[in-house]
Amino acid sequence: MSTDTRPATPTHRPVPAAGRGARPVRRRRSHGNPVAGLGSLIWLVVVLVPLYTLVSASLMRQDQALGGDPLALPADPTFENYRTVLDSGFAALLGNTAIVAAATVALVLVLSVPVAYVAVRTRSRLSSLAFRMFLLGVAIPAQAVIVPLYLMIGKLGLYDTLWAVILPTAAFAMPVAVLVLSGTMRDVSEEMYEAMALDGASPVRMLWQLAVPLSRAGISTVAIFSALQAWNGFLFPLILTQSQENRVLTLGLFTFMTQFGVNIPAVLAAIVLSVVPIFAVYLVARRALIDGLMGVGGK
Amino acid sequence: MSSHTPVAKRRGGGSAAAGNTGRPPVAWALPGILFFAVFAVVPLAIAVCLSFCRWDGLDSPTLTGLDNWTRLFQDKEFGQAAWLSLLLTTVSWAFQTPVALLLGVWAAGRQRSRAFLSAVFFVPLLLSTTAIAMLFHALLDPNFGVIRTIGPWLGIDPDVMGSSTGALLVVAFVGGWQFMPFHTLIYQGGARQIPEVLHQAAAIDGAGMVRQFFHITLPQLRHTITTSSVLMVVGSLTYFDTVLIMTKGGPGTDTTILPYLMYRTGFQTYDLGYAAAIATALVVVATGISLVMVRFSGFGAMRSTREGM
Repeated sequence: MSTDTRPATPTHRPVPAAGRGARPVRRRRSHGNPVAGLGSLIWLVVVLVPLYTLVSASLMRQDQALGGDPLALPADPTFENYRTVLDSGFAALLGNTAIVAAATVALVLVLSVPVAYVAVRTRSRLSSLAFRMFLLGVAIPAQAVIVPLYLMIGKLGLYDTLWAVILPTAAFAMPVAVLVLSGTMRDVSEEMYEAMALDGASPVRMLWQLAVPLSRAGISTVAIFSALQAWNGFLFPLILTQSQENRVLTLGLFTFMTQFGVNIPAVLAAIVLSVVPIFAVYLVARRALIDGLMGVGGK
Repeated sequence: MSSHTPVAKRRGGGSAAAGNTGRPPVAWALPGILFFAVFAVVPLAIAVCLSFCRWDGLDSPTLTGLDNWTRLFQDKEFGQAAWLSLLLTTVSWAFQTPVALLLGVWAAGRQRSRAFLSAVFFVPLLLSTTAIAMLFHALLDPNFGVIRTIGPWLGIDPDVMGSSTGALLVVAFVGGWQFMPFHTLIYQGGARQIPEVLHQAAAIDGAGMVRQFFHITLPQLRHTITTSSVLMVVGSLTYFDTVLIMTKGGPGTDTTILPYLMYRTGFQTYDLGYAAAIATALVVVATGISLVMVRFSGFGAMRSTREGM
């Protein structure tokens, strides 16, 4: 492909800030917008003050945190609070959460990719009906089904296992996954499928060697999105698990809060520790994460 | 794509058939459909059934007909919770939409500082709702939190969580703090799709920045506003973690919104049939509001907005 001569279809992904050569760079208004600029500065303060306090107070000794100026720097920085948290079983919580997140992502991808593929590639009534079910599924709130799920998970003998968290979390990540995936798969041109069909490729090969590789962006979006949902989940673990060995991070944080009571620096240290893994992911996959979230909202 | 045999060799078959060959069997979608049905659609149906039952979580549910529903419509607590949910939703929307809209439009520009600031704005999304609720619980602690220092300066009573209006506003604020980056991103994406020609033409006609914003940016973003608003409404109708962690529905029952009332009824007093009725009512309200909003701004528009997802 030499010069990009495709008609300028509205780009589905936001144009990367520094568009690559061929693509016409969209000109923005060059004169700033003072109202929005000022607003964004105010919002910066609103975002930063809590974050600053979070980190700085987590490094304080208790007496300073309780008595002193909460906006001051830690007078005598200490990692004591972090040790307290790590000593009270933080690693196990992290492990459980990692298992839940990984299993959720795997389950969502294995189940949603074929659904999206069928929705895009076939025109049967059944597949469009299924697609509509997932569209509506976006609107089902987890709270609405928690009572029946409590009943079902109990009947299935899965109460207080990690499966009790994984299965519903994966199910509730599916609608968005199907929507995102079918969106990206629709962009794979019909000619390529035809070329492969002429080549005698089976549907499996077309999925595996054409649709999947070409919708990698959508797949990583879905992976990140479902991992975030698993990471963030609170209601399912709260109601469907009980024992300490099946506790996930969010629930663990919540119990820390009651357990440590007034030891606020320790509670804050636990929060900081809970952010570290996701922050690491953010640093590595920033682009995919942001594009993914932008895609979820639609245009 | 791996090694192709030259297409020409296979031409014999005729390309007319190509349109139909290689279509995947619909059965491939069945595992996914069944899984979603079992863990989301069927439970929704069971919730509706349970709302006609009495169930304590231990024995089998017994059918009681319309009891839960007649009770629901007479229940003052339910009425209050429904009202508070609507109030919280309205406040959240009114707070988040203008801020996210302004930030998003602004961030759609190209300066370096914007990229940096956008990265900072993004951080709250990385914290789980639980972590954020706990963080603000600590910050707003009248004995310890920053609120002690900052509160008086901003004219906020340090015991803001102790007042009923204050607690509700705090819950709305905390939700906004967390989800603002998400909605900002949506608006940023939307603003980037606006053809710059429109602004240029308006500028030539002598329209100032404010007029350009109200006459071009805002109308061009109307579908984005719908999408974002629906997400906000459904999101704040289903707030739960924040309320459980920060206020426990209090002071009194002043932040007991529908999901929290459902949780308390179901899993603290084990009146699960009634909880199912509350949950069903919640779905009806959430779906109803979304449908009205989507209809109000044109259903076709919503579909085309979805197209690119």
